[in-house]
Amino acid sequence: MTSTPTPAQTGRRVPPRYAGAPVIEVRDLHMSYGPTRVLEGVSFSAARGEVVALLGPNGAGKSTTIEILEGFRMRSAGQVSVLGVDPPQGDETWRAGIGVVLQSWRDHGRWRVRQLLEHLGGYYRPYSTAERPRPVDAGELLAMVGLTEFADRRVSTLSGGQRRRLDVAIGIVGRPEVLFLDEPTAGFDPHARREFHDVVHRMSDFESTTVLLTTHDLAEAEKLADRILILAGGRIVANGSADELSRQVAGRTEVRWSIGGERFVHAAEDGTAFTRELFEEHGERVAELEVRRATLEDTYLEMVQRYENRPSDGPRVDAGEAEKLRADFGGAA
Amino acid sequence: MKRLNPVLLGLRRGRIEMAQSLTTRADQFWLVLMNGAFIAVLWFQRDNTIPGTDVSLALATLPSLIGMSVFATGWMGAAQQLSAEREDGTLLRAKSTPDGMLGYVVARVTFGVLNAGVGIVVFLVAGLLVLDGLGDVPVVGWLSLVAIFVLGLLATLPWGAMIGSLVKSSAAGFGLSFLPAAGLIAISGIFYPISGMPDWLHPVAQVFPTYWLGLGMRAALSPEAAAAAEIGGSWRHLETFAVLGLWAVVGLVIAPRILRRMARRESGSQLEERRQRALQFGN
Repeated sequence: MTSTPTPAQTGRRVPPRYAGAPVIEVRDLHMSYGPTRVLEGVSFSAARGEVVALLGPNGAGKSTTIEILEGFRMRSAGQVSVLGVDPPQGDETWRAGIGVVLQSWRDHGRWRVRQLLEHLGGYYRPYSTAERPRPVDAGELLAMVGLTEFADRRVSTLSGGQRRRLDVAIGIVGRPEVLFLDEPTAGFDPHARREFHDVVHRMSDFESTTVLLTTHDLAEAEKLADRILILAGGRIVANGSADELSRQVAGRTEVRWSIGGERFVHAAEDGTAFTRELFEEHGERVAELEVRRATLEDTYLEMVQRYENRPSDGPRVDAGEAEKLRADFGGAA
Repeated sequence: MKRLNPVLLGLRRGRIEMAQSLTTRADQFWLVLMNGAFIAVLWFQRDNTIPGTDVSLALATLPSLIGMSVFATGWMGAAQQLSAEREDGTLLRAKSTPDGMLGYVVARVTFGVLNAGVGIVVFLVAGLLVLDGLGDVPVVGWLSLVAIFVLGLLATLPWGAMIGSLVKSSAAGFGLSFLPAAGLIAISGIFYPISGMPDWLHPVAQVFPTYWLGLGMRAALSPEAAAAAEIGGSWRHLETFAVLGLWAVVGLVIAPRILRRMARRESGSQLEERRQRALQFGN
């Protein structure tokens, strides 16, 4: 992962191990709910074994996008293909290759943890192949998500985090080729989060599972994903590895200083040049100087804020704003 | 194998859920409370006679109660379970599992049959202990009980499922199935012969399966002489099968379409919306 990328690789933004036809392909996806436009031309693809994070503020259309890919929601326009199939046309064999983890499952409260996992796994048995034996053994799965000691508990007695881990286990019980995770780590403690990250990496490394997850936590996206897509204003405004995105936004620098006890802050395009001018002008009167390069997180948060402050009644994003964002993120779209 | 597997899983699922219901405190409480109340009714009626006959009134009420419990499980049970399971995500889970919807539907029917069966067994055991005369029921009577049981479930389950898939929340699922059901039970001659009801209610009651389920069960289990208290002084076997059959056929034709339309619309964000609403208004 640390080797210098060749131009061809950076051009495709996909490391070489992800060869072959894309597992997920989305082109010019549009989605409206009545007059409200949520997605306005989303395009991206994901290769076999790739972990892609869909990042964006609440209401940006992350869940809508993932539901369209899961085949649970009809789109307004555009082309979508998952495992080579248009999701609404997907049959049960296609369904067997898809793993889904949603945000708000509260089902099967009366079932025992292992009993539920074994029952749901049973549906995948006819779809077992030599390459992908199905289902995954329930004991193995429980160990993987750290629920072994809760195997005989009623599901309703699990804590929020444990419940989510069970949902993840159910999502992968069919050894899916594509796994969709909607806000998977909401309510996880740091330890559970770490274990969850291991599970995702195992799925992509050992099972070549393509993973698409939504999150509004940048740190999580950075840790988990080979590639981050930032969704804002109904479009993908950034697309690349965490490193690439950091480099694209490295431009701005925050400079703080004080003169005679009065504090100043300035966001400079070129921090070095600005600081030089500052000293030329004020010399020794400059005190408490701080120069901080904007991180990916700063830029992301700023972007989120900009979209969350938009008026709620007008069109969701104005074109100039979206253009400016795309410019901020180095023109990726 | 591919089609059989989900059917077997659905059967097993229905069985597991029945076992869960029987071992859950809240369900046990309802089972004991409701059935206890009905058995008390039988106890108090045992010395009364059906008007115009010398047959114990309880011997007519017991089969009526059996008919009512089939109606309650089929209609109310299905409506409430479906609306609740849409709300908690069980349905979406089935949808995201290969052949999961087929397994789910099989499980719902299995559970309905088992649940109604438990109700019948409770009433019959109580009847044998409390009442004289139930032991005299001929084999034909028991066979027609089974026939009315199956036909009654077919006539009510699909309608309950439709209500469950059309309502917006599980609370509405409860209200919209419980209130009409309670009304129908009151006017359908379950606790007292319908001939004792105002005449204008007779045609209303006879449109719905509740009345015919009660009548069918009485025809199966009550002494022949009790027919005197029925409309027209007869068990009207033919009409019973015709009306219940019609409800079954129409229900089975429409229900799959409505269920499929509802299932197609289920998605994660709908689930989240309903969850938020449920949180807001309390449970």
